[in-house]
Amino acid sequence: MDKSKMFSRLVAVVALLAATEGFASGGGAQLDAADIDPGNISSLQRGARNFINYCSGCHSAQYVRFNTIGKYLELSEEQLVDNLMFNADKTFETIKASMPAADAARWYGTAPPDLSLMARAKGADYVYNFLRGFYLDPASPTGVDNLVLAGTSMPNVLWELQGYQSAVFTEHTVDGVTSREFEGFEHVTAGTLDAEDFDEFVRDTVNFLAYIAEPIRSDRRKLGVWVLMYLIVFGIIALMLKKQIWKDVK
Amino acid sequence: MARIEAEVGKPQGGLMKWIDDRFPFTETMKYHATEYYASKNFNFWYVFGVLAFVVLAIQLITGIFLTMNYKPAAAEAFASVEYIMRDVEWGWLIRYMHSTGASFFFIVVYLHMFRAMLYGSYKKPRELIWIIGMMIFFVLMAEGFAGYLLPWGQMSYWGAQVIISLFGAIPGIGEALVEIIRGDYSISDITLNRFFALHVIVLPLALIGLVFVHIVALHEVGSNNPDGIEIKENKGPDGVPLDGIAFHPYHTSKDLVAIIVFLMIFSAVVFFAPDMGGYFLEHANFEPANLTATPEHIAPVWYFTPFYAILRAVPDKLWGFILFVLAVLLPVFLPWLDRARVKSIRYRGWIYKSALTMFVVTFLSLGWLGTQPAEDIYVLAARIFSVLYFAFFLLMPYYTTIDKTKPVPDRVVYHG
Repeated sequence: MDKSKMFSRLVAVVALLAATEGFASGGGAQLDAADIDPGNISSLQRGARNFINYCSGCHSAQYVRFNTIGKYLELSEEQLVDNLMFNADKTFETIKASMPAADAARWYGTAPPDLSLMARAKGADYVYNFLRGFYLDPASPTGVDNLVLAGTSMPNVLWELQGYQSAVFTEHTVDGVTSREFEGFEHVTAGTLDAEDFDEFVRDTVNFLAYIAEPIRSDRRKLGVWVLMYLIVFGIIALMLKKQIWKDVK
Repeated sequence: MARIEAEVGKPQGGLMKWIDDRFPFTETMKYHATEYYASKNFNFWYVFGVLAFVVLAIQLITGIFLTMNYKPAAAEAFASVEYIMRDVEWGWLIRYMHSTGASFFFIVVYLHMFRAMLYGSYKKPRELIWIIGMMIFFVLMAEGFAGYLLPWGQMSYWGAQVIISLFGAIPGIGEALVEIIRGDYSISDITLNRFFALHVIVLPLALIGLVFVHIVALHEVGSNNPDGIEIKENKGPDGVPLDGIAFHPYHTSKDLVAIIVFLMIFSAVVFFAPDMGGYFLEHANFEPANLTATPEHIAPVWYFTPFYAILRAVPDKLWGFILFVLAVLLPVFLPWLDRARVKSIRYRGWIYKSALTMFVVTFLSLGWLGTQPAEDIYVLAARIFSVLYFAFFLLMPYYTTIDKTKPVPDRVVYHG
């Protein structure tokens, strides 16, 4: 195989790897693409604000330090203290939940999970659809159920923004077994954000969750390019060396 | 002794001689490198031995740095891995290299074993090299399995739960054996602690020892080649095999190129797709082990799935376990199952070529099936492929006898 061909194949493999890094996951429900933009710093900043205001009351992100976020999101220490660190004193602290986990477990039946790695464990699409998937269900203690995670004990904390929606199902009976098929959501009350702005709000939040799940993601990709370029140069030299040494092998 | 005493006080021949009088340094270098002759016609398939050595080095070095920050305790393990990933300088790189290295170890070793099957490298006089190699493979499986528990994620916990409980199928001693392995009535802090001991001391030590013996045995009989010809049978007047070239600098310079190409692929995964779509790092393992919540789908890491598929294909627990163990052990007997007079696939007939092709398809299919849920169609497919897997080995004495082989040339085929 000649060198240029080998090189172009290698590039193709890397591109393919980078493209398939995300994954699709989740139960039977079809997931809408979260379409997050990890390189968009202002989206991540809005996501951080959303996370602190709407998530961190109940959920911790116990592996995530404020100063790590500050550095990547281009926030000064003052901005961190004023906008994000409502229950932390020092910037090296991690994101704690305001609500004690033991109380939360008593009130909700289960302690709200830590969110440091949620986007990595479940996938960004899953979280995006989960946060948009609450619908009215009078039978549930929280008044809502979720399309992505049926029976969740989490209430719809974003109801003010989203408004309330109900889910429309059609029932099919095949061989005596009845199954429900989701048709769509219907707005019951309007929220303070219209549908498009709400999706954008959730997208920013999920973008932030994906970032905190692996803060070094963009660093490793940048470094990877340099490592591969180095190996290509080194590889060419090694190939020349091999050819030189093998000249006399007949 | 007398010679050394005579030379005390007057160094002659410099440092090298001083060392050589006390330690066989030059002699060892000659024996294993500069005067170890291997065939000049090595092809692509001959790089995986060296690459396995490279991966072993990567695993040992990154492993040392991981142990400096990892905490082998159920309450701390998961958090300590995240600490490595986020707070330790370059910790993420060390961890990704180690997790990627685990998968690449198996990729490289599987290809190394396949090379032996292509060119009959396990056949006389290399039976012992093959057996030692299989022992390396068994230790590697144990090493991978023990290591997978350490991050203490959901898949670590439940994967180990499923695999360890397999031993419970052994009649009589099963339950006791399971308790001995776990050190507890369920997988716990105690299990994690002992798996850590196995993973960082016992098994690596065994691995290094076996690799050493593997190479000593190889250098005793000499390397095989794609033609399956014993190059030592054609020596020049200087006693050097006519088709052989010195390991160093010839094969080392060629291997260096292979190592760099390998590192490119390795780096591509480490830097651009360390999860490898959930195959190298399973998504569920980003959730800490939860004893009360079973993941909806438990699958071992990909390198165990071919054997796991065979295990699941059998409806009976004990027989599933027996066939699982047999599937892993059977390749050990290849030197005696294979009755062909020629070594290399180049001179074998269509029967062996078809059988080996079928075996590759079977192994890959079983690997894929092992990652899938155990539903009707998958189980049926796994059963068919399990039969084919065993047929490849058990029918081998027959089909390699009737296979029509081609005449083997005296000298290796080499086009400059």
